[in-house]
This record gives sequence, C-alpha cells and structure tokens, in this order.
Amino acid sequence: MSTQPNTTGTTPPAPRPAPAHRRVLAHGLYEAQITLRNGEQLLVSLILPLLVLIGLHRAHAITDIVPEIQTTAPGVLALAVMASAFTGASIATGFERQYRVLAFLSTTPLGPTGLILGKAIAVLCVILVQLTVLGGTGLALGWEPDPVGLIWLGCGVVLGAAAFTALGLLIAGTVRAEATLAVTNVAWVLMGAAGGAVIPLSHEGAGALLLGLPSAALGEALREAAIHGTLPVIPLLILTAWVVTAVLLARRFFRWT
Amino acid sequence: MPASALCLSLTGVRYALGSARSASGVTEILAGVDLTARRGEVTVIIGPNGAGKTTTLGCAQGMIRPSAGTVRLLGQDPYRAGAELRARVGVMLQDGGLPQSVKPVTLLRHISALHQYPWPLKDLTERLDLGSFLTTSVRRLSGGQKQRIALAAALIGRPELVFLDEPSAGLDPQSRQLVFDLISELRSCGTGIVLTTHLLEEAQQLADSVHILKDGQVVRHGTVAELTHQGSAAARNGTVPARRLTFASPRILTAAELKAAPLPVAQDNGTNRAGSCWAVENISTPADLQALSSWWAQIDLLPAEISFEARTLEDVFWEVSAP
Repeated sequence: MSTQPNTTGTTPPAPRPAPAHRRVLAHGLYEAQITLRNGEQLLVSLILPLLVLIGLHRAHAITDIVPEIQTTAPGVLALAVMASAFTGASIATGFERQYRVLAFLSTTPLGPTGLILGKAIAVLCVILVQLTVLGGTGLALGWEPDPVGLIWLGCGVVLGAAAFTALGLLIAGTVRAEATLAVTNVAWVLMGAAGGAVIPLSHEGAGALLLGLPSAALGEALREAAIHGTLPVIPLLILTAWVVTAVLLARRFFRWT
Repeated sequence: MPASALCLSLTGVRYALGSARSASGVTEILAGVDLTARRGEVTVIIGPNGAGKTTTLGCAQGMIRPSAGTVRLLGQDPYRAGAELRARVGVMLQDGGLPQSVKPVTLLRHISALHQYPWPLKDLTERLDLGSFLTTSVRRLSGGQKQRIALAAALIGRPELVFLDEPSAGLDPQSRQLVFDLISELRSCGTGIVLTTHLLEEAQQLADSVHILKDGQVVRHGTVAELTHQGSAAARNGTVPARRLTFASPRILTAAELKAAPLPVAQDNGTNRAGSCWAVENISTPADLQALSSWWAQIDLLPAEISFEARTLEDVFWEVSAP
C-alpha cells in the first residue's frame, strides 16, 4: 500500500478510483469546459451557424430561391450538430492524439472507455448550448417547430451526434492531426453547402442518391420532425446505419497514439 | 526480499512492428525483455536511443500489447487492466501527454477527480513548487515546468507504483533536486518507482537496481555496485571494487604498442579527446598498476595526464553500448 505523506500526517487509504459515473461525468464536463472556452471551436460550433441562420433568413426576404426559416432553422441545427460532433470533436481528438494526451488519459482510472463516454457527454453538452442559442434565435426570427416533432427532432440530434462523432473519431484516430483539421473542415463545408444539411436535396434523379449521406439524413430528419411533426423513419434508419458502420470502423482502426 | 515486494515483472517480452508481408518487413523492437521492479525501490532503465526503453515502459503500463511474453503489474495483466489497477499506478510519459490549451490547475483538478483519495492539490503544488505557473496555459510553459506538471499528474492519485519516463529532462538543477528529493521520499514510503533516464549520474544517484537495455534486450542488470564491480576478479570475490585508469598520451600509440599492453587499452569514449585519451578498465590489484607502469617504460611513454577512479555506471554504459 502506498503511504505517501499528507498534510495531516496520517496514513492515507490505499489508492482507489472514483466511482465510474463520477469519472465519466467529470471528464464530460472537463471536455465541455475546454470546448466552450476555445475561441476557434466556438466560431465553428456557434458563431458560423448563427451567421448562416440569420444570413439565410435575410436572403429569403430578398429572394424566394432561399427557403424560409421553417426549412432553414432545422437545417442550421443539423449544420451545428455536425460542427460540434464531427469537426470540433475530431480536431480536438486529433491534436490530443498527436500530443499523447489520449495516451496519458488512457493510463488514468478514466481508461479508454471512460474517455469515449466522457467525450460523448461533452459533445451533448455543447449541442445543448447550440440548440438553446440557435433554437432561441430561430424562434425570435419566426421559426415555429411542431411541438410533438421536437421529440423526434431530439432523437435525430442524438443519432446524428453519434454518427458524426464516430466518423470524426475514425478520422482523428487514423490520420495526422493536421490532416484531420483539413479533411473535417472541408467535409463540413461541403456537407453543409451541398450535402443536404441546410438546404434540402432533390428527392428525384441523381440528387436522391445523396440522401444517403449522413448530412442529408440528419437535415431531412430534423426538417421532417420540425415541419410535419412526424417520425422521420427513413432518415433515422440511414443515420442508424451510419452510426453502426462508423462505430465498427472506429473500433477497428482507431489508434490511441 | 519477499516475492510479495515485486510490483512489476516482465518475462520474455517481445514486441515487433510491421508485417512479414509488407515491403519493410518486421522490425523487432523488444527481443525478449526480462525485468523486475520492487516496492520501495527505484528501478532505473538505461540504454542508448532506440534500445527499447519507452516501448518496454509501454508494455509494462499496458499501453502496448506485447507480441509475446508475460507482463504482471501489481499482480495483474496491465493490458486488460480496469480502473482499479490504473488508480494504483501513476504514469509520466516522455513528452508529458499534456493538453496544450488547458491550465495546469484545471488538468490537475480533473485528474484528481478521477481518484477516490487523491493527494491534496495544495500540498502537491507546494511540494513541486508549481504555484507560480498553475494558471498559465500548458502551451506557454517551459519544458521544465511541463515536466513538473506531468510529474504532479502522475503522482496525484498516490500510486503504489509510478513510471517516470525521463523525469528530469529539461529541468534546471534546482528543480531536478526537488524531483530527486520527492522520488527519494516516495521510495522511503514504499512506492515502487520505475524510471528511464539518459543522465547516468542521476541513475547512479537514485537507482536501487539498474537494467541496461540494448537492441531490445536487457544486457546487464543489478545494483549499481554489482554492475560497476563486474569484470574484476577481486570484485567478483566481493573484496575490491574494480577501478578504471585513464591516461592522456602525448603521442599516437601504434597498434603494436597497444597489443603489447598487459591489460586491454581502449580509446576513452567518455572524453572529447578521442585519439589521445585511453582507458584501462577493471584494475583490481596493485600488480595491474605495476604492469601498466612497466608497459609505459617499455614503449617509452610518459602519460601527460593520469586519472584513477572507481568504475561508474557511465563506464559500464559505454562498455555495453559499444558496437
């Protein structure tokens, strides 16, 4: 038993880990705190989606080519979820891997599983802040989501966060941090602009193939829930398939160091 | 020492990178490492760059799965370790593993929250003199300050065994002494300490036992006294420690002259005057000295400088590391 001295001069108890739920919660709050204090992360997770929401609302007042707030508000929420779960989480994880922070944390009582669960809690905390700020702004701009649909919207957000976090970890755990930074930022912009997250894709012809993208599935799920108040079965199934695939791939290929 | 005092054992541990099918083939990093560490002792692992020190620690800590062999850390397989075992072990990585954007106080509070009975942060802060930079983000800290934060993070759970990979790298003499004092205190409290270092003087000062790694294998191990006495007949009998004589030659020694020497004479790797400075290892009797003196007379050489001292760990290291 370790007997390192303490201030009271008594022999301390043998080393033990804190209870599992406390460790995971502590790590989730620690990561969320780091994310919300990081200026670059806040820019991508909150400021840019906010600018897109307000910009599209203004653009709709000028031209009907841009959809109205009932369509763009859930789309911007999808963009925000992708920003925190995919871009933000993967870049942070990539650099943690490069600086061997993941290696160090995996040697603490947190362990690899606690680390992943903690990250999931952190992503959900950030998404909660995003939903509050962006949802509140949307409501102020005239967004009127279906009250029942908000439940399905919540399901879509959770599934989308899981799919994009797993995809982000897959990239962060397999390539260099600088490559993760470049790949996830470009992918976020492409998926946001043309991947069906913010602006709906055509359901006919070649465009329908893109509905299989996780960004399109998330956008479709949130729009269907918020506008019609119905359970978006197909988009949620597509998201579930992405979750399973990405988690399996991440488990297989993720490297801690 | 009872077997229960063992806190770490590696038996025939091998680790290889790559695959036989790839163009670069398989690179063997560890080629059968045997190593033990005990509670209340400082076990030092030394070896040249690329010898496998960090990989050995990685296997011992459970971060790397060995290709073959057995690792027991506090009686368990560290690769499959749960939180209970990890709480009993502290790890300081070679390059810290510290998040760059976080303040040390935030990080240490977080690591502390993962343990049930952590070392009080205030106490640890005072012991390692962290107070002046506890609220400065890690990326703005000097190398030595980062080392002390990493050490604090390794110790905050009051581990029974602590792994320190190059703990004094980048530290100024004052901070180094602070760390040495803490390591000595931990040892006296029964904590097992396994550390790697390139500073052989530090190893000699701290170590209860030393393992010298070369090409992925432990080529020598024992206490400092055992290692420095090895090679001497009298030392083997336990009577006289082997000594080492170095001399500076005012002229070039020919191969024939060197061949005529009564004891092996080799260029002194420990100095920067290669070519003019020579070393004779393992002198253990007055007759050895007399024979050397006669040899100098025979080849008409009056050394410009002579030094005679007990063999150090550094001498053993050079001997072992020679290609």
